[in-house]
Amino acid sequence: MSTETPLVPVGTRPGSSTPGPVRTRRRLPRYGAVGLFLGGLVVGALLTAVTGGFSIALTVVYGVVLGTLAVYLVSRSVEGRRKATDRLVTTVVTSAFAIAMVPLVSLVYTVLDNGLDRLDSEFFNSSMLGIVGEGGGAYHAILGTVIITALTAVISVPIGLLTAIYLVEYGSGRLKKAITFLVDVMTGIPSIVAGLFAYALFALFFGPGIRLGIMGAVALSVLMIPVVVRSAEEVLKLVPNELREAAYALGVPKWRTVLKVVIPTSIAGLGTGITLAVARVIGETAPLLVTVGIVTGTNLNPFDGRMATLPVFSYYQLTQPGFPPEFGIERAWTAALVLIILVMALNVVARLITRFFAPKTGR
Amino acid sequence: MAKRIDVSDLDIYYGNFKAVEGVNVSIEPRSITALIGPSGCGKSTFLRSLNRMHEVIPGARVEGKVVIDGQDLYGADVDPVDVRRQIGMVFQRPNPFPTMSIYDNVIAGVRLNGGKMRKGELDELVEKSLRGANLWTEVKDRLDRPGSGLSGGQQQRLCIARAIAVEPEVLLMDEPCSALDPISTLAIEDLMAELKERFTIVIVTHNMQQAARVSTSTGFFNLGGVGQPGHLVEFNPTEKIFSNPEEKATEDYISGRFG
Repeated sequence: MSTETPLVPVGTRPGSSTPGPVRTRRRLPRYGAVGLFLGGLVVGALLTAVTGGFSIALTVVYGVVLGTLAVYLVSRSVEGRRKATDRLVTTVVTSAFAIAMVPLVSLVYTVLDNGLDRLDSEFFNSSMLGIVGEGGGAYHAILGTVIITALTAVISVPIGLLTAIYLVEYGSGRLKKAITFLVDVMTGIPSIVAGLFAYALFALFFGPGIRLGIMGAVALSVLMIPVVVRSAEEVLKLVPNELREAAYALGVPKWRTVLKVVIPTSIAGLGTGITLAVARVIGETAPLLVTVGIVTGTNLNPFDGRMATLPVFSYYQLTQPGFPPEFGIERAWTAALVLIILVMALNVVARLITRFFAPKTGR
Repeated sequence: MAKRIDVSDLDIYYGNFKAVEGVNVSIEPRSITALIGPSGCGKSTFLRSLNRMHEVIPGARVEGKVVIDGQDLYGADVDPVDVRRQIGMVFQRPNPFPTMSIYDNVIAGVRLNGGKMRKGELDELVEKSLRGANLWTEVKDRLDRPGSGLSGGQQQRLCIARAIAVEPEVLLMDEPCSALDPISTLAIEDLMAELKERFTIVIVTHNMQQAARVSTSTGFFNLGGVGQPGHLVEFNPTEKIFSNPEEKATEDYISGRFG
């Protein structure tokens, strides 16, 4: 078959020391790589200071390059090429992650810094009715956002879920492809276009200049339906075909199989997808700007006139802060903070849904 | 309970591809019939055509007749859902419903079909089916636990319990032991011997010893060649197939002389 190969350790390179069949190599001390990288950052900071004034951005650029180089070169000379490549990739990936975190941390910090001042009970208890300068709150806008988002979910979830069920369980051929294509197109619709669509639709019936809460819900639905369809489709596809066949083999009709086997099996994923879709549309500003408008008083009826919503509230407080302007700007930051808290709460809800509704293994 | 199955001139297609051709066979009631043959020769396709499960795959269709006690399963006025209520099926991989407890898995056939039963009747049905599947003593204290927490062999017996809970006429088994260890396999083979008293059983297996051990009749499927439809080479009592087969191809396959 093949020539006999003697089982002798191949290649005794400078890195290997003991004579056993498994080569042992010198290694960097445990925190060596981290230390080298931080050293690179410090050198980078000094370099910027020397070449004309310290700056954070340049420190990061110089530091990451120098730190990565230091880690690679030292590792290469001590540990050999394979280990050095491993260290290089680890360093690059970790740096990329850290850089990606910078805007997120900075954003959260800025919003907290500027928004915490007005995160008081007055903000949650009063509207902007009769407020010009200090005081006032977003009571009307918070409730408006909740109402309009709830209406959006009521419109989008049934349509989106049923579409996804059609695509996965029933659809075939051209119609399925056409629907998938249209859903993809809808995913890319700019939000202002959705707003203008809803405005044009309602203007046909109620004349131009119309502003209603339900219009906002329709506009947001245009944005939310494709997200629901996409996520629900992916989740339904994950249900193993064997479960469907098991149900068919028991003589269960198709609609009952979908209702009693497929949906319960994927309920956790469906709930998560819907919650994240809600989180996606809750912060939309542009479509609400043209369909719902803004109002200073509290209007809880989405079928009658303008309503206030958090993103639009924030926008107007920032662009038309009143006099003196600092109070309006403070309210804008706090509204943004409340919006972030709402989105985070929805994400936590999504996590909880996944945990509690996932099929249990019983082990 | 048990019914006789007569298959005549059955051709099975996936779209334009003819997968199985010209099957003529009579399956006796209260017997175990084993189907053996190389992979891809159409055994499973044929088995699935017996309760119209192959129709789940788009484009699949049959020509010919499958008659169960005088009624053509492919008659114009026959609903495949009703066929499957009469002819149950156990699959290669155990597939209990992951969202349901052991108890709910057993009564899934009744409950998913919208059947209304009192709690007492359901309890009886669960115990009877689980005893029928030789699983009762192992799970009677944890009926409310998820079915997916059982071992593979127990899950497969749970699936058998689920299939016999709807009281079918015929039980089709598609390689029910191929994912199981020898002890679980033995448990299921013993179970089949008991179920034979009540049901007509058709089993697809790659394990020749298993076919020889459990079945009364054996059918050997083979392919003419790549891309050609599979066909039934020989159908005879198991003893004859394994000792003195009529066809050379059967003997070659059974004794391992092929390829």
